Amino acid sequence: MHETPHVAEVAGTAAGQPPEKAVLRQRGSALRELTLSRFREFVREPEALFWVFIFPILLAAVLGFAFREKPPDQIPIGVIESATPEIAGATMKALAGSPVLLPRLYAEQAGREALRTGKISLLVAPGGAGRQLTFHFDETRPDSRIARLEADDALQRAAGRKDVLPVQSALIKEPGARYIDFLIPGLLGLNLMGTGIWSLAFSITSARSRRILKRLVATPMRKTDYLLSQMLARLVFLIPEVAVLVIVGWLAFDVQMRGSLLLFTVICFAGAISFCGLGLLTASRVKTIEGASGLANLVLLPMWLLSGVFFSSERFPDAFQPVIQALPLTALNDALRAVMNEGRGLAAVAPELLNLGIWGVVSFLVALWIFRWK
Amino acid sequence: MASNPAPEIAVRCRGLVKRYADVTAVDGVDLEVRRGECFGLLGPNGAGKTTTLEILEGLNEADAGEVEVLGTTWQRDASGLRERLGISLQETQLNEKLTVEETLRLFASFYRRSRDTEAVLAQLSLDEKRNARVGKLSGGQKQRLAVACALVGDPDLLFLDEPTTGLDPQSRLQLWEQVTTFRAAGGTIMLTTHYMDEAERLCDRVAIVDHGKVIALGTPAELVGALKGANVIELATEPEMPEEVLDRLPGLAERHRRGPLWALAVASLTESVPPLLAAVEAAGARLVHLSTHQATLEDLFVSLTGRELRDA
Repeated sequence: MHETPHVAEVAGTAAGQPPEKAVLRQRGSALRELTLSRFREFVREPEALFWVFIFPILLAAVLGFAFREKPPDQIPIGVIESATPEIAGATMKALAGSPVLLPRLYAEQAGREALRTGKISLLVAPGGAGRQLTFHFDETRPDSRIARLEADDALQRAAGRKDVLPVQSALIKEPGARYIDFLIPGLLGLNLMGTGIWSLAFSITSARSRRILKRLVATPMRKTDYLLSQMLARLVFLIPEVAVLVIVGWLAFDVQMRGSLLLFTVICFAGAISFCGLGLLTASRVKTIEGASGLANLVLLPMWLLSGVFFSSERFPDAFQPVIQALPLTALNDALRAVMNEGRGLAAVAPELLNLGIWGVVSFLVALWIFRWK
Repeated sequence: MASNPAPEIAVRCRGLVKRYADVTAVDGVDLEVRRGECFGLLGPNGAGKTTTLEILEGLNEADAGEVEVLGTTWQRDASGLRERLGISLQETQLNEKLTVEETLRLFASFYRRSRDTEAVLAQLSLDEKRNARVGKLSGGQKQRLAVACALVGDPDLLFLDEPTTGLDPQSRLQLWEQVTTFRAAGGTIMLTTHYMDEAERLCDRVAIVDHGKVIALGTPAELVGALKGANVIELATEPEMPEEVLDRLPGLAERHRRGPLWALAVASLTESVPPLLAAVEAAGARLVHLSTHQATLEDLFVSLTGRELRDA
């Protein structure tokens, strides 16, 4: 990357002009100038800055708010007003004692209506006066089943039941195990994928459609230099882009870095390289921005859904797992979480790094091979 | 012939053919451009000039024919040729977000040996615009930057595709000056244009191209000299003169419609103008327009094709 300019006095090639210095160059100068050009092009595009830096923070803020720590939701249930107000009143009182239930009185018809439309999860018909205590609910709804157990428990205790075994609940509050701890590495992976593929696909396709590429290949420019410069410029942006999300995650949500920062950085670079490769591949043939946009979506969407950004990819059926585990975003997310949340070392993430490296190198070579320059 | 490249020939092509789905853009073009000359491809839009030039530049592939540039071929030494050519594409597009100086430095970095970017900026009068973004430049400034990018690699051979199309007169003159300077310094230039005055002014030799074929080739003087009518009378009358009267005009070589005017190509003005005026008077017509000029490449094109360069 270092240029050692050899400046030699040569006679002006043009007889009519004063002799001027011809500049002799070594390899690396073109790569540096191309990378600088790409870098400048990017920073002079305010919209691009928004998508790369501001958007992920907004996304993290919204999701972080949605999944903030708070007491578990109370489940709304209904109690039928029975002929005897005392019985209904006692039932209400017993149920309101449960921290999980939110009981309300209903006339019988209105209660059934509320249950059917999902406004309440359980309808309690109080017992006594010749009637039996009855729970109306849909057993396929998990919240209904919980409400039934809780209501039964509360009413039995109010009626004087004594527990035989003493029990105590130990609640998990450990950092690293919360949803936001899971989410931040996933958003990092998502952002590295999005910016890598979009920015390369757009910059290359627009250069092609505006015939800038054609002008460049009319010079002795090395084609590998052009493609490499696109990747290098991307890697430079990677640093602030990752730093912003990690710092926001740390300051706003107390998301900790449990493993090695160096290893984390290496994983981010490997991820960026693999997505730059995919970006080059996406942009290698398309002639229009619309075409590039469609193709980029085709590449991005499966990984958005399958690669475990918002929930664990393990939830998909086993039959899909070989494909899902081979996707670069899955590898990146798994590796980031292993280091960030679990504090694992190099040996644990080596397979993921290998996966990312293979995606990057293979897609770069294929892109170089099939690239349309004119 | 390819085995014995004559050093005085900069560009040679034989039997060049390029077909697209529904049209034959280049239909058997043979050309030889000598070292140190400025050679022009003159023709209307769609004549196949740009396709021909791009094949010679190694940016497009011919379906048939041979191309030899600077004593070698694109198959033999593409990277060596790239170092020695300067190219300005038709409506060259450059990255609008970069400044003039950044663009030129970028292009300079591609060449093993390049000219000093400062000197090139000064030569193209772009030093005051060095920090301006390409997107903010005027048409003339953009075109000068395109030529600067072509010159910065210190080329032996310069290809300019319609270098002055759409430019104001002052910008055209500035670019013509660059061409003249480059040629005076021993460089070879091949350009395309649909301006006959540009071809006459800049080119040592001109090939007139129409429908993918070379229909005339020579120095501008030779080409015009070959016309039977070396002078052209342009005439409009009210009412119009009958065609058979015009056809009887002494010394008339050709007669063409040019908008509202008749263009009458004649060998000599002294021979033809007095009888023409007499005929107009005899017909009782009023003279609306009468002008004469020496025949130009434009007149040659009309004579060869029956159409005009501008709207052909």
